[in-house]
Amino acid sequence: MRRGMSQKMCADGKGRKMTVKTKKAKALTGAKAASEAMRQINPDVVAAYPITPQTEIVMNFSNYVNDGIVDTEFVPVESEHSAMSACVGASAAGARAMTATAANGLALMWEIVYIAASTRLPIIMPVVNRALSGPINIHCDHSDSMGARDSGWIQIYTENAQEAYDNIIAAVRIAEDKNILLPAMVMQDGFITSHSLERVNTNEDSKVRDFIGIYEAENSLLDVDNPVTYGPLDLFDYYFEHKRQQSEAMKMVPGVADNIFKEYEKISGRKYSRVEKYKMDDADYVLIALGSTVGTAKDVIDEKRKSGVKVGLVFPRMYRPFPAKEIESLLTSRSAVAVLDRSEGFSNQGGPMFSEVRSALYENKNKPLIKNYIYGLGGREISEEHIMKVIDEMQHIASDGTVKEKVDYLGVRE
Amino acid sequence: MSNKEDQGKKGWKDIPIGGKITEAGSACKYKTGGWKTFKPEIDRDECINCLFCWLYCPDMAIELKDNEISRVNLEYCKGCGICEEVCPKKCVRMVKEER
Repeated sequence: MRRGMSQKMCADGKGRKMTVKTKKAKALTGAKAASEAMRQINPDVVAAYPITPQTEIVMNFSNYVNDGIVDTEFVPVESEHSAMSACVGASAAGARAMTATAANGLALMWEIVYIAASTRLPIIMPVVNRALSGPINIHCDHSDSMGARDSGWIQIYTENAQEAYDNIIAAVRIAEDKNILLPAMVMQDGFITSHSLERVNTNEDSKVRDFIGIYEAENSLLDVDNPVTYGPLDLFDYYFEHKRQQSEAMKMVPGVADNIFKEYEKISGRKYSRVEKYKMDDADYVLIALGSTVGTAKDVIDEKRKSGVKVGLVFPRMYRPFPAKEIESLLTSRSAVAVLDRSEGFSNQGGPMFSEVRSALYENKNKPLIKNYIYGLGGREISEEHIMKVIDEMQHIASDGTVKEKVDYLGVRE
Repeated sequence: MSNKEDQGKKGWKDIPIGGKITEAGSACKYKTGGWKTFKPEIDRDECINCLFCWLYCPDMAIELKDNEISRVNLEYCKGCGICEEVCPKKCVRMVKEER
């Protein structure tokens, strides 16, 4: 999170004020921003189970249902496994379906998370990042959604409440695109984003309604004139072909997402990219991070720049599909790169983002020195001092020409 | 690269996405008779046409003609033996299918 800056300036990423007139500025928590987006999307079906720190999203949305503000059929299920199952059923019936979850809730719906993607149902799910048990913990890290990175869902990470609001709305269009038809999860950091009150500019209801349009499923279980079977047994003779189709759909996501982000800019005045960059034009040292840490890092970068350190930041907002090409071109010929992972992969190869960034650089002849920092597990604070230290280390690594320790832990007691 | 035994089957570009089946009643194209080891044989002299076997058969493989048991459709019979189990006259016998 950034200090002393309005959300309007945060969303821009360059610290300059935007010219579009604010339609409706509200003070919202990240969770409230997500439920506000859901209210405007007005899904046909929401099936959800409350779990800290996502609870406020479901609580707010069930209030909207109770008060008749939305037309949604709300299914108060008894578990997340059922929440995702109900969404799969609803989506197969042709409904626009949403849920929301966090951590152990995401883990409990695991089986159906894969089925939603494989069955090509464009379900939208805000995920409020929280550490996976155990030991049990309710605070932020990315171990929950990072585990789901290969489930076939589109994954979008957000820095703050404004981005959570905007990206949930954009995700509807990306997921439902005829060439894609994949579910999408939109992440925000548990408590840090979900429970902090921020200034959020929202769109007018009618603009959101026109932007998302009406979801028309190609095949509906309720269309008795054109019967369809969803989820039949699929053995060695066709399963592989269906997986190949899924890979192809993922390959279409970048092009579609770029266009939809552009379209979204037109209705909102807020610009988003699959990969965000900050002060990268002349950067020798690069930080790569996700979520609220992006904001903290931007502040530290501003400080460091004052003393002439050429440091920048890359934020792969769209983590699935992974923007490998963009990352590679952004990192070419830089001196040193620090990948900040808010989850441990237990692979002895560093965190998940580290592996993917390194993999993206494999063929590159001018690849930078690169180091991984695992940080912030279970909600452990990441301070500006930590990020200062990382930037200092980048400078040492660059002058030494070597990385002594590939993976390090930031903020843990030795 | 595709496998030899897959020749003649449709590729990923030519099938509905997500494992959907967009044709109604296509289950009848799936001949489950190949699963069985034992097949039912009905002793017609003992059979009283109570239709228990017809009612209980999970694959609708017992066929009727004029409301009487006519034959077992071995293209669909999986050889589960439920017909033998439910027959009150014990006139259905599961025998090893020779191939």
